[in-house]
Amino acid sequence: MKKIGIALYAMATVALMIWGFYQAIYVAPDDALQGYIFRIIYYHVPSASVAFVFFAVSLLGSVGFLANRRGHTEWAQVADAWAVAGAEVGVVFCTVVLITGPIWGRRAWGIWWTWDARLTTTLVLWLIYVSYLLLRRFAAGPQVQTLAAVLGIFGALDVPIVYMSNRWWRTQHPAPVFGGDPGSGMKDPQMLQAFGWNMLAWFAWGIFILILRFNVERKHQQYAEEEAQEALAANI
Amino acid sequence: MTRALWTHLLKDLRIEWRSKEAINSMLFFALLVVVLFSLAFDPRGAFSRDIAGGVLCVATMFASVSALNQAWAREIRHQVLDAQRMAPTPGAELFLAKVLANFLFVSIVQIVLAPVFLVMYNLRVEGNAWLLALVLPLATWALVANGTFFAALSIRSRNRELLLPLILFPIFMPALLAMVLATTAILTGESDPSLWIKLLVGYDIIFTTVSLLLFDVIFHAE
Repeated sequence: MKKIGIALYAMATVALMIWGFYQAIYVAPDDALQGYIFRIIYYHVPSASVAFVFFAVSLLGSVGFLANRRGHTEWAQVADAWAVAGAEVGVVFCTVVLITGPIWGRRAWGIWWTWDARLTTTLVLWLIYVSYLLLRRFAAGPQVQTLAAVLGIFGALDVPIVYMSNRWWRTQHPAPVFGGDPGSGMKDPQMLQAFGWNMLAWFAWGIFILILRFNVERKHQQYAEEEAQEALAANI
Repeated sequence: MTRALWTHLLKDLRIEWRSKEAINSMLFFALLVVVLFSLAFDPRGAFSRDIAGGVLCVATMFASVSALNQAWAREIRHQVLDAQRMAPTPGAELFLAKVLANFLFVSIVQIVLAPVFLVMYNLRVEGNAWLLALVLPLATWALVANGTFFAALSIRSRNRELLLPLILFPIFMPALLAMVLATTAILTGESDPSLWIKLLVGYDIIFTTVSLLLFDVIFHAE
């Protein structure tokens, strides 16, 4: 039953992504100013949204782990698995953002990269979470969960500071498309529709991967636990 | 300020006074970085003022990493670290003592390095020079407080010497940016550095508080 559910969800996700691709490339009109290259927004912005949401999941997991690690050990393990899964899948989506961004920027602004608030924040966020994953790789033993959770909290604290410091420094990225000034924003209903479908498709796909990664991490934890128990039993 | 903090601080200062390991290695390393940058970019005139703040900050940053690793690594010998973990005093005091000691060492390195730096880069300060006496300690504190914390965090991992810069530098980035922009503003005298000084103060307050609160968690992690 569970397998059928997973298969159905995966098929629905793939169908959504194909539909989203069709909407983005064939249905939505060209942008008035940017022309065809503008269509990269249907991949760039959803990936960024997924990445930020998953980093938030990772932060909640880190906080949950630290809060529960003394009392509810089982909850703490679940929280830690969410923290790993969120960070790892978030880094993948963040990488997509950092690759699609310069491609778009080269056509729209004429430059690959600029030290703007949102670009810098995304890059620093990516660096912080890569260092988080490195710490998990390098540090061994049961303490790694605590250390990683602390680093996760430090990283999350850093992000608003990076954002504000760059905002004061210089900013080139356009004002937010949604909730920006009255002149900005998507007006064309077909564009909005294509955007909505792609947002949905990429979130469905991201959550699919996130839950898979979460389950893998839980399995890892269970095997580690069993091995520890066996080692204890062998000693007795 | 309690007795445990003083004991740790005096111990670290005494070790440094006898060995002079940290200050000597940092000083030589920072000097090397300054010379290398000077060779690589051949700074003259206005250009040297533009890059000087960045070079000074990066030189201190690289140099302090080696000393910060040593700060905790020397406690591993003879199981001193385990003894410190068993001591019935708050870990925050030990942390603060280490930060103060290393802050002093890095500051000494900067004071010795500053004249060399001014000579090699032919600098003349156009803005308020006394503001540098505010910016440099604030940035050094940001570097040393975070660095000491992350050195303690990575001390029991494999490749700890490598891990410290990998996790410290991303977190340190906003402070680096603020320090470089403030120093450049002071050296060139073209813009007002007060915003960046405020940012540094905010960064120091936030991260020092969080480090003090979370130090026990990582120190007793098992």
